[in-house]
Amino acid sequence: MTTLTPVLSAHWDEADSFTIAGYKRHGGYKAAAKALKMEPDAVIQLVKDSGLRGRGGAGFPTGMKWGFIPQGDNKDHYLVVNADESEPGTCKDMPLLMANPHVLVEGVIIAAYAIRAKYAFIYIRGEVAHVARRLQQAIEDAYAAGYLGKNVFKSGTDIELVLHVGAGAYICGEETALLDSLEGFRGQPRLRPPFPAIAGLYARPTVVNNVESIASVPAIVANGPEWFQGMGTEKSKGMTLYSLSGHVTNPGQFEAPLGITLREILELAGGVREGHQLKFWTPGGSSTPLFTADQLDTPLDYEGVAAAGSMLGTKALQIFDETTCVVRAVLRWTEFYKHESCGKCTPCREGTWWLVQILRDLENGKGTAADLDKLLDLCDNILGRSFCALGDGATSPITSSIKHFRDEYIAHVTSAGCPFDSHASTLFASAKVGA
Amino acid sequence: MAYTEQELSVMDSIIARYPRSRSAIMPLLHYVQSLAGFVTNEGIEEIALKLGIATAEVSAVATFYTQYKRKPMGEYHVGVCTNTLCAVMGGDEILAGLKDHLGLENDGVTADGKVSLEHLECNAACDYAPVVMANWEFYDNQTVQSAKDLVDSMRAGKPIPPTRGPDVLPTWKENSAVLAGLNDGHANEGVQAGAASLLGLKLSKKGSKK
Repeated sequence: MTTLTPVLSAHWDEADSFTIAGYKRHGGYKAAAKALKMEPDAVIQLVKDSGLRGRGGAGFPTGMKWGFIPQGDNKDHYLVVNADESEPGTCKDMPLLMANPHVLVEGVIIAAYAIRAKYAFIYIRGEVAHVARRLQQAIEDAYAAGYLGKNVFKSGTDIELVLHVGAGAYICGEETALLDSLEGFRGQPRLRPPFPAIAGLYARPTVVNNVESIASVPAIVANGPEWFQGMGTEKSKGMTLYSLSGHVTNPGQFEAPLGITLREILELAGGVREGHQLKFWTPGGSSTPLFTADQLDTPLDYEGVAAAGSMLGTKALQIFDETTCVVRAVLRWTEFYKHESCGKCTPCREGTWWLVQILRDLENGKGTAADLDKLLDLCDNILGRSFCALGDGATSPITSSIKHFRDEYIAHVTSAGCPFDSHASTLFASAKVGA
Repeated sequence: MAYTEQELSVMDSIIARYPRSRSAIMPLLHYVQSLAGFVTNEGIEEIALKLGIATAEVSAVATFYTQYKRKPMGEYHVGVCTNTLCAVMGGDEILAGLKDHLGLENDGVTADGKVSLEHLECNAACDYAPVVMANWEFYDNQTVQSAKDLVDSMRAGKPIPPTRGPDVLPTWKENSAVLAGLNDGHANEGVQAGAASLLGLKLSKKGSKK
């Protein structure tokens, strides 16, 4: 049995965990003070040595990303934190920032110093007013304490940090769309190369990191890379937040070493809701191919999930039981991708539109057996054919659900519509309340 | 409506946050929305003037992002998550219940101007599904009845407070100012974390005591 390892979440149960006093009570801002006494390159090396990989989904080594920033180039450098958490099922960064915004601010100070950025931005999604409020207050308190602004920690280094609030566009979680949005344009992805490390914000060298990645840095600096290496698996080091949601007895956040399995997490959460069985789940949000009960023992690290045919993504474990119609579930995700497609690339813009129409027909009893092949053919023409991964993500639930549940799709054709009772899937049905 | 000196100086302070002025366009849109309740033509013109760009460029940005509204919203804007997980867990029934209860379609506003209704995509609170947002504050673990009670309390002028948020639900305009980066002084209110956020930590502490 894997043991839980609360590090980021260690003090969330203290009522003032989000205040600067609450954060400093447990050694907060000592790691930044320590890092600022090191050489910037030594800080980058330390993060490289820890093995920390991006927690936003792609799993790219964080220290290596920092190392790509050209030094001595006499250009402004920028650090941008991606707090645009919007991938369906993903709910780790918002509770983290609500309970402890200062750990991100401290991580920003360390990262900005390491890559020699005098300006940093946190781009947070716009639909979370209280999280934005807490983060704004944390930044103001850090300025007042001399941790941000001119001559931070009396080190001679200047670091400005600006909170930038988005306005409801999933695509801005894609790093180059985020940069366009931050520059004041419509959020549309850029063609890469050049990568942000060479030409990012304002065409200057820029590091874009996920909230959880940057928030992990203070603990790594404080405890050393060996401590971090002591958790996780061979190539997936450290602890991370797993977010369990859906048809389970107790949904919630579980901070564990990389490599824990869904079976273990489900056991901690009291299992699938009473009287029901697991039908399908996402390992890391809706853009990661669906799993079934066959993958309960798959190690939830970057390699383990990939080897089983999906992606670790954001570790958003959405659990659906046997009452859930997979066609309905996939239709909703597909409607989401259609709505959120920025419209820049034709395969994604037009393709998601067609996918929705076909899935709606199937769910409403107007589908034909040929629609399955048409869906797969469309997916084949979307996957890998656009600037960013939004279109790719749209195909994941469709192709994986047809692989696992082809018969259920066929049943929608033969029984002229959805054979499921949608009320049976609701929380009200199990709790016998509401409605 | 012309902007006051004070409002214009807030706009200048927003612009001053950024190394390049155009980056201020999004907080400026949130700010003009906080003054009128939506992004007005006057707001777009003022932003264009301040940033030295064409009004068409500001409009292009304003219409790309769904949180910028081009018509008045309710004093309390209610969003029901109907992305897959929340929809399946009850969001569909909540939205249908609210539409029926308020006599509204998606994006509609009640005649008294109190409540507007919109279906939302995933709002990053899946462990609290089904989720309802009001003026972008969290209402966790909702039922059809609790959502109806919520909108009734809004129409009565005494909105039920958010599950994880400030003590009193701010108005649509007030929270638009928060999104513009203006500190309203309510950051220290409300819980630090909900029960689901603390589940793993609680189990870990219990386990280590054994």
